[in-house]
Amino acid sequence: MRIHTTRALAVATASLLTLGIAACGGTSKGDDDGAAGPASTASADPNAAIKEGLKIAFLPKQLNNPYSDVLAGGGEVAVGELKGEYKLVGPNDAAASSQVSYINTLIQQQQDVIGIAANDPNAVCPSLQQARQAGIKIVSFDSDASKDCRDVFINQATTQGIGESLAKMANELAGGEGEIAILSATPNATNQNAWIKVVEEELKKPENSKLKLVKTVYGNDEDQKSFQEAQGLLQSYPNLKVIVSPTTVGIAAAARYVSSSNYKGKVAITGLGLPNQMREYVKDGTVSKFALWVPSDIGYLAAYAGAALASGQITGAQGEKFTAGKLGEYTIAADGEIVLGPPTEFTAQNIDQFDF
Amino acid sequence: MSELRGRLASWDTVIIGVTVAVLIAATAGVENFGNGTNFTFLILDLLPIALIALPMTMIVITGEIDLSVASTLGLTSAIMGDLWNRGLTIEMIIPLCVLIGALLGAVNGVLINRLGLPSLAVTIGTLALYRGLALVVLGDAAVADFPWAFTGWVTGTIGGGPIPNVLIVLVVLAVIFGVVLHATPFGRSLFAIGANDQAARFSGVDVARTKFWLYVVSGAIAGLAGVLWTLRYSSARADNGAGLELAVVAAVLLGGVSIFGGRGSLWGVLSGVLLLAVLQNALRLQDVSGQALNIVTGVLLIASVLLPNIITGVRDSLHRRRLRAVPVKSS
Repeated sequence: MRIHTTRALAVATASLLTLGIAACGGTSKGDDDGAAGPASTASADPNAAIKEGLKIAFLPKQLNNPYSDVLAGGGEVAVGELKGEYKLVGPNDAAASSQVSYINTLIQQQQDVIGIAANDPNAVCPSLQQARQAGIKIVSFDSDASKDCRDVFINQATTQGIGESLAKMANELAGGEGEIAILSATPNATNQNAWIKVVEEELKKPENSKLKLVKTVYGNDEDQKSFQEAQGLLQSYPNLKVIVSPTTVGIAAAARYVSSSNYKGKVAITGLGLPNQMREYVKDGTVSKFALWVPSDIGYLAAYAGAALASGQITGAQGEKFTAGKLGEYTIAADGEIVLGPPTEFTAQNIDQFDF
Repeated sequence: MSELRGRLASWDTVIIGVTVAVLIAATAGVENFGNGTNFTFLILDLLPIALIALPMTMIVITGEIDLSVASTLGLTSAIMGDLWNRGLTIEMIIPLCVLIGALLGAVNGVLINRLGLPSLAVTIGTLALYRGLALVVLGDAAVADFPWAFTGWVTGTIGGGPIPNVLIVLVVLAVIFGVVLHATPFGRSLFAIGANDQAARFSGVDVARTKFWLYVVSGAIAGLAGVLWTLRYSSARADNGAGLELAVVAAVLLGGVSIFGGRGSLWGVLSGVLLLAVLQNALRLQDVSGQALNIVTGVLLIASVLLPNIITGVRDSLHRRRLRAVPVKSS
């Protein structure tokens, strides 16, 4: 009996000892660490022609996710325009490390560009570094990887850009003066709160001085709660002119309430919404304009940025410029960030051009 | 002669043959499969599965199972991140994490052997419990700033060649487990327990104690795998390794270990791990989708459970027919 226990223990300690080999000295958090990404020594040639036949692969967070599919779809269109080879790969689950073996495969296949929406900014980093050492250009989009692991990041919109756009639409719909209210998601939603803060700043500007933000309410991104909050706002503030809802659930619920009530035509609804969800309310006149970035444009821009990188037009340094097909010219901001632009406004005139 | 025939027909020999065949086919037929970098990636991908499969082989041979291993890996990873945030040195954290893994395994061991609960139920319970605790420790945060000296070692190769450093860890442990399982009285007692634990008990094996230590070792190895996983991806997260237990059990069964205990070999299991990894890698290089990969794994798993039974069934019926044929001839 005792000998069995001893042997089992031996196995357990052996694993400890194996580790002991590496354990000498003492390294703790904050110690200076010699890790460094490969320094970019390349220089950009703005006049370089875009190469044909570039192998451009897209690696979204997860396959078979409607939003990812639309993003990658935009990339496919762009790769077609660029006469490149498009490829879409990705894991079935959005776990932090699932993307790594796909990156490794793409390195083996000698792709020219990898467009990635990172599930974890750090877990994909060592592999992306390896890819860059192999000469592959890395474009992150939608969800950034650590900035020393990719060449550029396609950001759908800045907080400032979205906040400004919301304030501008509210002003236009209120006719320059009157009461407005905000129907947000949850009180601690980071995105929404940042946008609302920008809206509040915008309202201090002279052109918005006659607008009055009477209240901000929260529908918790639940359809029914948002519906009731919209109803409550209209009862408490009979002179309300505009409800701004910077969340797709909230704007749809508010529009549904107003379209079926006698406030229709008196109170305007705007904010951030999906065209397919809002189409009916735009057509029946409840909503005259709302906004969102166009997801397929993110993938489209990522493919063009990747092609510009792989062709040597840009290196990812601040201030470099390149042209992205139908979207026009872009300039790279600090830390390799490329902002898609202000959100697209959807109205009765253009909504039928969008399907997402 | 009959021993040779038994050996040829045994499933672990079949699977080693299949693995070698698939390796040759992939090297010859799949572009970019047979180069050094891909070899490194292949080993790094299969490492956690191979490590955890070592003690799992022993546990399944005794007729039990440990489904909590991937959650142990995740909890260890989360604790590793938390301890690092608290300023402990990495040299202290690593052995501590292996010990914590052993402790988590001991919890399984006590519940199974002191309280006599079935291992399937206990480890499904701790599967959920440990994953839950991991979320309590780290939430959905990720700790990433581990020292390059360690993360670089785990992703690095010996002398910059194709052989990853971590393969040393795997080889050393595989040799230890192989010797213990196949060349010691302790190893033989595991097969005895799996074949018939009553008989094993009567012949002097302390079944409860043996099983307890197997779970401790399983936890320790899962803890070690958690450390290596965290360093490989430079990312301590509560969801690390989610679902990995199924890959391990698949490899163990594919490698010819009977789910009912008493039969199997470590070499079979290691080729099972290799076979699954090579197939995944080669198919991925051919741009086969993730869903198709799952289907391949599922079919292999079912085949590995079905085929040995069919082989045994056919052999038995042939044997019976021969027995029946004998008296007819003599009469």
